Amino acid sequence: MNPVAEYFGDIYRGLRTATIGMRITFKHLFTRAVTIQYPTVKMKLPERARNRLYVNMDDCIGCDQCAMACPVDCIQIETIKSTPEDNLGTTSTGQKKRLHVPVFDIDIAKCCYCGLCVYPCPTECIKMTDVYEFSEFDRHSLIYSFSTMTPAEIETAKMKAKKMEEEAAAKKAAAAAAAKAAAEAKAAAPAVPVPPAPPAAPQQQKPE
Amino acid sequence: MTDTLTAAPKTSTGKSLRTEEMIINMGPQHPSTHGVLRLEIVVDGEIVVDVVPHIGYLHRCFEKHCEHMTNYQQVIPYVDRMDYVCAMNNEFAYVVAAERLLKIQVPERVEFIRVIMAELQRIASHLIAVGTYGIDIGAFTPFLYCFRDREKILDLFEMTCGARLLYNYMWIGGLSHDLPPDFVPRAKEFCAYFKPKIKEFNDLLTYNEIFVKRTAMTGVLPADVGLNYACSGPMLRASGVNWDLRRDDPYSVYHKFDWEVAVGKGEMGPVGSCWDRHIVRMKEMEQSVRILEQALSQIPEGDVQSAIPKRIRPNPGEVYARTESPRGELGFYIVSDGTATPYRIKARGPGFVNLSVISEIAKGAMIADLVAIVGSIDIVLGEVDR
Amino acid sequence: MEQYLTSHFGDTIWVHILMGVPPLVFILLYALVVIYLEMKMAAHMQDRLAYMRTGWHGLLQPIADMLKLLQKEDTIPAAADKFLFLLAPYVVFIGTYAAFAALPFGSAYIGSGINVGVFYILAISSLVVVGLLMAGWASNNKWSLFGALRSAAQIVSYEIPSALAILAVVMMAGTMNLQELSAMQTGGIGHWMILGGSLPLAKKLIAVPLMLILFLIYYVSSMAEVNRTPFDIPEAESELVQGYNTEYSGMKFAIFYLAEYANLFAVSAIVTVLFFGGWASPFASLMTGPWWSAFWFVTKGMFFVSLNIWLRWTLPRFRVDQLMYMSWKVLTPFALACVVGLGLLLVW
Repeated sequence: MNPVAEYFGDIYRGLRTATIGMRITFKHLFTRAVTIQYPTVKMKLPERARNRLYVNMDDCIGCDQCAMACPVDCIQIETIKSTPEDNLGTTSTGQKKRLHVPVFDIDIAKCCYCGLCVYPCPTECIKMTDVYEFSEFDRHSLIYSFSTMTPAEIETAKMKAKKMEEEAAAKKAAAAAAAKAAAEAKAAAPAVPVPPAPPAAPQQQKPE
Repeated sequence: MTDTLTAAPKTSTGKSLRTEEMIINMGPQHPSTHGVLRLEIVVDGEIVVDVVPHIGYLHRCFEKHCEHMTNYQQVIPYVDRMDYVCAMNNEFAYVVAAERLLKIQVPERVEFIRVIMAELQRIASHLIAVGTYGIDIGAFTPFLYCFRDREKILDLFEMTCGARLLYNYMWIGGLSHDLPPDFVPRAKEFCAYFKPKIKEFNDLLTYNEIFVKRTAMTGVLPADVGLNYACSGPMLRASGVNWDLRRDDPYSVYHKFDWEVAVGKGEMGPVGSCWDRHIVRMKEMEQSVRILEQALSQIPEGDVQSAIPKRIRPNPGEVYARTESPRGELGFYIVSDGTATPYRIKARGPGFVNLSVISEIAKGAMIADLVAIVGSIDIVLGEVDR
Repeated sequence: MEQYLTSHFGDTIWVHILMGVPPLVFILLYALVVIYLEMKMAAHMQDRLAYMRTGWHGLLQPIADMLKLLQKEDTIPAAADKFLFLLAPYVVFIGTYAAFAALPFGSAYIGSGINVGVFYILAISSLVVVGLLMAGWASNNKWSLFGALRSAAQIVSYEIPSALAILAVVMMAGTMNLQELSAMQTGGIGHWMILGGSLPLAKKLIAVPLMLILFLIYYVSSMAEVNRTPFDIPEAESELVQGYNTEYSGMKFAIFYLAEYANLFAVSAIVTVLFFGGWASPFASLMTGPWWSAFWFVTKGMFFVSLNIWLRWTLPRFRVDQLMYMSWKVLTPFALACVVGLGLLLVW
């Protein structure tokens, strides 16, 4: 292009685009600011907002689905089997609770707020709330323990569970011993022809 | 100066310096390297002789983490966090790859919603790119305008899936939530609101003579160099190559919409300059609004969760699927060994590949131009380093 | 004011010291105002609110900023040139403060009514370059050095178009004494230099476009002199972190900051005195008098300061070579052409 024309063209364009830009910013001097002055004014979050987790322990059946679904392994759950006499109650969705949950820890500092734990829960007891102001001074205060069992209750439940296990194991051992004794007795006795079995009922097999 | 040693100092690539040259570190902490990127620059006065980028400051072992997930759906929050600025596009690429591996066909409503979310996210990502580019050049005001508009998009996302930045929304086989009832009217309102804002932004920054003079002559990427280095996205299109994966390697329902691919034409300088990349991004935003309007008026009814498989256990095999993310070609290469855990997931990040061309295009530029060039490549270190 | 004081107290040293104090007081008060003004203007241009919490709408924020800077730790890099490092901010401040000596703050006050007022201002404000070079060199930081070198080149190059523009006005007025220049422009807006001064109407029609171009040239060069965007490459935050300012903290940084704003007011004041009437009221006889004249001077100065702030937040930044191009190949030829044109007009 003609250098002289380019020279003057540059100057003209420079001035023109500068004034266009200045007009835009001048217009914005009088538009309303979009800032919301937190913390005096807080925005209302939509209902699907995913912030801090909350677990309603009354509904938790200890199925461990949320802990398995978590991609960062921030949920720690421990369960204790309950005895048949214990009545832990039913959840609000109608399922009978069969497990004690002494440990239900969520490390909310590790949580990545993806919501993957919410979907598999059969009783919908773990939810993401809209609370986002929960900073602490100490990292360990961010490990939330949702379990509602006192140490005494945990001890009792553990002892009961252990006792039940021992009884079950003893019963099983006794049954095994009895069967073994019966098998030995049978083997030691002379061969007696066994009467034909009745056609309907199936013969119970000897426990091996 | 501390470079006067008895033996000529060497750069990290082994080349030895002449004595007039100076090695400068545009270090990991720098206001305008768009993240933790270290650029080792060899300068002769004010002219750049060589640039060596050092990356890895944001490496988070994402691909290794995926090998320990219990199922394929759990990978999606990790994929979000790769390129945190355009999370929906990352999820889109991953679910397209996984659905190809599992041979799942998703309902059409899901496809339309995915396209809407991807295009909204493309606008949001380009807003960040052009806003921060303005700051690199020295104009502070357009950045604030871009973020004000981006807030509206993030509000739409928060309304739908509950999160503003890292969504976990697109699942293999469907979506996590259906659209809320007032999404479509609000999105249409956003489209109407946004079109004049693009024009205002162009008036304020894009056609400003100082901006044009700063960017239109530097960072010229010839088309053949770009193709040799496997550049993609706006970088390649600005050099005149008419290639867009949404049209040329179609996925989802992009073929149903009427839109144009923005290609750099060299209006203000040589083709492939930084200004061309900028204007390609601005035009892409306009085209995204066009796609959005068409998609919003045509969403079919359906159930977004009907095709989500209960257990994902693909047959052994591998798949590579690529999509057009705002930065270029984002691809996922998934290798499955028949179990529920992926054997290997490799992400082909567009930023990583685009950044490699910087030593070619920055030779002979000045330091101020170097900032402009790095800004025009539009890298996000999250996907460069993964 | 000087006559009043000497008539009461005699020609003692204290009178002269007292005469030198008002600009310093003005600079300190003005700094508080301009920091607030810049932040609020920038914020509203960007659709956001700035300070809102300290005081009503943040009015006490500049005081809070000052208190914060006062009690910050003063760090000196270990390998820095200590003497130059400590001296640099003060040299910069002295360069700008000395320029205030020749500015007429009203019809009754001028620090020093020397006959070479405007020439003195041009000369003494070049001291700032020395200060910036000292700051950049003494920081022992490659980036600071870059900033300092760029700034020296920039300021020296832009002195020429600004001097030519000033020359044109001095030609028209016939005096370099700023007090007299302002006094010549009393009598209403038609007497202002930008509208031709005291030329007859026929000549005014030709003079006004020339004066307008000269005003633009001078305003642009003055923005470059004070390192404000679009000419702020010495402190380009995006590239050089903070340029020559990088290693400074605490009170020394505050002095740099103060000096920059003081310099900004000084050049805005020169623009008003040369082109827009100085302390003369735009109405012929309304609002005249010593206090009103001070009011007009400060108001017009602040108007040009706000214009500068408006430009800062709108335009991007020039690159070094484009800056040099603009000074030598655009501003200087146009300034020369206007000077010649104006000279011919005056002789005619």
